[in-house]
Amino acid sequence: MNSKQSGRRRFLKGSAALAGLAVGGIRSASAQALDSGTSGTGSQDPHVYGQRSRFETSARVGALGVYEPGPNGPTRRDLGFRTPLQDSIGIITPAPLHFILSHGFETVDVDPRQHRLLIHGLVDRPLMLTVEELKRLPSVSRIHFLECNANGDPARAVRRAPSATVQQTHGLTSCSIWTGVPLAVLLREAGVQKGASWLIAEGAEQDFHTKSIPLAKGMDDVLVAWGQNGEPLRPEQGYPIRLIVPGWEGINSVKFLRRIKLADQPTMGMREISKYSSLRLDGKGRWFQFEMGPKSVITRPSGGQRLPGRGFYEITGLAWSGGGAIRRVEVSTDGGLTWKDAQLDGPVHPKAHTRFGFPWTWNGEETVLLSRCTDERGEVQPTIAELATFWRVNVDYFRSVAMIVGHFNAIQPWKVIRDGSVENALYS
Amino acid sequence: MAPVTARLKSCPEGPPKRLTIVLNLFMPVILLAACAARAQMPTYSNVGRTPTAEEIRAWDFAIGVDGKELPPGKGTAKDGAPIYARKCARCHGATGEEGPLMRLVGGKGTLTSMTPLRTVGSYWAFATTVWDYINRAMPPDEERSFTADEVYALTAFLLYRNGIIAESDVMDAKTLPKVQMPNRNGFIPQRIEEIPDARKRGCRLGHCP
Repeated sequence: MNSKQSGRRRFLKGSAALAGLAVGGIRSASAQALDSGTSGTGSQDPHVYGQRSRFETSARVGALGVYEPGPNGPTRRDLGFRTPLQDSIGIITPAPLHFILSHGFETVDVDPRQHRLLIHGLVDRPLMLTVEELKRLPSVSRIHFLECNANGDPARAVRRAPSATVQQTHGLTSCSIWTGVPLAVLLREAGVQKGASWLIAEGAEQDFHTKSIPLAKGMDDVLVAWGQNGEPLRPEQGYPIRLIVPGWEGINSVKFLRRIKLADQPTMGMREISKYSSLRLDGKGRWFQFEMGPKSVITRPSGGQRLPGRGFYEITGLAWSGGGAIRRVEVSTDGGLTWKDAQLDGPVHPKAHTRFGFPWTWNGEETVLLSRCTDERGEVQPTIAELATFWRVNVDYFRSVAMIVGHFNAIQPWKVIRDGSVENALYS
Repeated sequence: MAPVTARLKSCPEGPPKRLTIVLNLFMPVILLAACAARAQMPTYSNVGRTPTAEEIRAWDFAIGVDGKELPPGKGTAKDGAPIYARKCARCHGATGEEGPLMRLVGGKGTLTSMTPLRTVGSYWAFATTVWDYINRAMPPDEERSFTADEVYALTAFLLYRNGIIAESDVMDAKTLPKVQMPNRNGFIPQRIEEIPDARKRGCRLGHCP
């Protein structure tokens, strides 16, 4: 093909012609419902495809702010969108409110009839599968959270502000019931060869996002998913298929999954060696951090909300850990002087949002509400001071450093002021 | 613990094998691993097909740290400068230091400061990653439009601008993987083989805060 003129679309079409088949990931303008006998997808009639009440307005907000346009540079949309946790009910995030992080790239419009998954590398039998073929294999449904490693990043101005809402502080986590085929099933079909220790997953978005994952994790609980909360994946969640890597940084759960290569070492892709490594003040970067630590946050009352007066309020929130199931959540209503066990509102799933509740009667005085969780391995959510010790910095570092700090899972304080308003008190 | 002889009945897809193994706490793990590694036949008939070698070649453009997959071609910083000015400077700045998006040059000595600048020169551990990402993803909306020569030239330009190679140094499949990046030893764990080991990554339990 003439590479001087070729854009991505041309490349894909070119390689498709070369390969004698259509390649997944073409941003086709003509994607249609598979079965022409089904209703048109554009129907506005709520009896055909339901809509929420006109009184409900909960929405994602774009707040990542790292794709700022320069004076002469191209304007690239902020494609980090946060889940409104302050409105969350139970443990499942509605797919239209699931957070999005696309590294600045637009959602790819993939025709599922054209999409293929290639499994190759150190395998006995390389495999090329259609989406329909994947669906013929035994599938499972699992409830898992997905969380961006930068969720809770303590240095952003909006995160530091007293006015920050829980959507702004913690909105890069969501939880769904994912349906798909265990990756271990596909790897057995392909026959993993001795010497393979890594799998390299690749998506069909504009920059062919690539991520290296140790094979042991791939054989453990990773899914190739096509379903989310009882319906096909939403386009912005990687339609038609994506990887779900439970409990690990969201970047591992490659969307628009097109390729898995078995290898004897990681590929050292751009993101895993640069932005997704954790640089410490001693100049050393920690790369491949993988697992998200135990984290909890009170979602009601939370930043920006206002209690109408003294009296009874159920404190409620979410807890989750990449290390397994949540075993315990404790709540303090006096700024951390005393802690009491919260009620876990089951079912409690491993590596999933877990809802907790705690009865509280507000006496009208100023106070600080906190929650901390413990996972099944006994790891306890740290205070910001404990995290600072681990990082070998003082707390002020987190407020001041000009860098995204990942894996920040410190206890989140919400200050209730006498007028009933609730403020972010991370640094007070 | 007494050695026992076990038949791997739990691997339906593989022919039965007689193995002498030592019974211990990890035996279930060993059996599972054996199932994964010893699968001889697919379990599900006629699901998926075998891709052709041409298909795999067309799809597989990832470049590893050894550079084994690098294609023929070559380029120097001198060759790369005009391509950079035409295709890259708008986002990354005239010299690579300005941005506005992802600054690629400079940052030396900033990693231990409160304003760390992680560029190709100050931070990236492998020159092959530069080649892979330019080839895979650049420029936006015209991804995979550069020829191999152009990718070598642009990679050489960024390495030269960061003071890592000379302006006339030729980058190709042989020379590029040999480029020593200044911050190669700036990571924990340093050795790639140790990455899957959580303790070597400095984690408490499995989690690395």
